[in-house]
Amino acid sequence: MDIQLKRGLLDVCVLAAIKNEDSYGYKMMKDMKPYLELSESTLYTILKRLETANMLTVRSVEHGGRLRKYYHITDGGLKRIEDFKVEWKEILSIYRFVTKEDDDHA
Amino acid sequence: MRKQEFLAQLRKGLSGLPQEDIEERLTFYSEMMEDQMEEGLSEEEAVSAVGSVDEIVAQVAADTPFTRIAKEKKKSQRRLSAGEIVLLVLGSPIWLSLIIAAFAVIISLYISLWAVIVSLWSVFASLVGCSVGGVLSGVLFAKGGHVASGVAMLAAAIACAGLSIFTFYGCKAVTGGILTVTRKVTAWIRNCFAKKEAA
Repeated sequence: MDIQLKRGLLDVCVLAAIKNEDSYGYKMMKDMKPYLELSESTLYTILKRLETANMLTVRSVEHGGRLRKYYHITDGGLKRIEDFKVEWKEILSIYRFVTKEDDDHA
Repeated sequence: MRKQEFLAQLRKGLSGLPQEDIEERLTFYSEMMEDQMEEGLSEEEAVSAVGSVDEIVAQVAADTPFTRIAKEKKKSQRRLSAGEIVLLVLGSPIWLSLIIAAFAVIISLYISLWAVIVSLWSVFASLVGCSVGGVLSGVLFAKGGHVASGVAMLAAAIACAGLSIFTFYGCKAVTGGILTVTRKVTAWIRNCFAKKEAA
């Protein structure tokens, strides 16, 4: 898949994984697993990028004698998800145009 | 592999990155493995679940912008000891000239590649020129009464035009090929730097 497009999609996916409640790395991987395969390094890169873009915040929480990082979505992150829903309609419409001829011939 | 062993290897593999970046990544992988072990996976299983050190290092190298690696390289050079600086200065007649020679070789390669492109296209341009000139002079000859010479000129002009069409496609293919090779070489040089930093 086109790298730029995929990167944008993965960003929204990760944001969606923390939309309803704060979550941590391993839980996010587990939640996303039925929908997409993501490597740990990719997840790290995405989280880092989203943090830099102020779409999520990170806090360390004590858990069983060690620290665990929890990710919390910001208003900017929520807005990104809403924007994506609108953008997706545009993409779907482009998709319909692109595949129009195939359907005509079929 | 044990978790600590994995983290130590990963630290070594990522040594080209800024220090705080390395620590943050190691914490991230460490947390990942601890969480998997909490779910009932053995230490070995948790380690293999996050992937091999080589894979992670390769992906980090691909994700990290070249400028960042270069910056870190520059930063680490500042930590040279006095003895190393003396050695660098004393050795400069050797390594400086080697670097200059290497650059000169690369630049001359580029120039010669471009010379090939330029000369091919000038062949094409001269063929086009010949065909246009041939048609014009053929008409002039014919008007001046030298019909046979005029026809010969026209024939030569048409031949040139035909050849120019062939050379156009040839030139296009060669230019495209050289550009692809150039890009590949540039990518290769860039990768050499990235790998050196990650090793």
